[in-house]
Amino acid sequence: MNKLVSLISGIIFGIGLVISEMINPEKVLGFLDLFGNWDPSLAFVMIGALIVSSPLFHIIKKKEKPIFAENFNYSNNKSINNKLILGSAIFGAGWGLIGLCPGPAISSIALLDIHSITFVIAMFVGFYLVKLINLDN
Amino acid sequence: MNIVNFTPVTATLGGILIGLAVVIFFLFNGRLVGISGIAANTLTNKENRFDNILFLLGLVIGPILYSQFANNDIKITISNSFILLIIAGLLVGIGTRISGGCTSGHGICGCGRFSLRSIVATITFMIVGILTVLVKSFI
Repeated sequence: MNKLVSLISGIIFGIGLVISEMINPEKVLGFLDLFGNWDPSLAFVMIGALIVSSPLFHIIKKKEKPIFAENFNYSNNKSINNKLILGSAIFGAGWGLIGLCPGPAISSIALLDIHSITFVIAMFVGFYLVKLINLDN
Repeated sequence: MNIVNFTPVTATLGGILIGLAVVIFFLFNGRLVGISGIAANTLTNKENRFDNILFLLGLVIGPILYSQFANNDIKITISNSFILLIIAGLLVGIGTRISGGCTSGHGICGCGRFSLRSIVATITFMIVGILTVLVKSFI
């Protein structure tokens, strides 16, 4: 059953990215263009997601265990260190260059656009490189 | 600053769906949706590999289902510079793994459970993203 849940969550997430237009890099770059022609939409996507997830996370966390798994499995890493800042800064630079982050990049494979597919391949190479040098968090 | 192309209703609606997807994954499977982690783990980690692949498959199927049922073509505008696409893809892949999260893991899940670590990460990648776009506008 948890396999079906994974698929369904992915589908709902993907539809959310399309409806909010976050799948479109131009829309994301519009949000990051704070000092030019600013499109605040991305902030509303975050607010919409947080309104739903934030209260429900806190309720669900109190449950003994998830419905289809033995236990809750999430990071309790609280450290704010150089890796966190450096990694986030590197990610931000890549995000600002093209306007794609991992979720929308993978969803946009659906459009069979050679440009976004190129980005996704490079992104996976990036994942692999970090694993190779054991820098992953 | 001029405000342009602002679509608050569809943005909020899409955001609510994203929040719902994250909650379903947490309630049933006990895991948080961090897409950079899920994607990287399909490559490098045997644990939950099939679950992770199915989630990513869902991400791709979602837009296809939407365009079928809504009878609406999805249009995106993306840079056509392959050098820039490769550099940006590498930076996103490397950066999200070093910091342990992206817009979903740190931005939505982490901020949603008030993790200071994730809030710091989110502010950092937003500021650098904004600065990158600002610098690009001068080039």
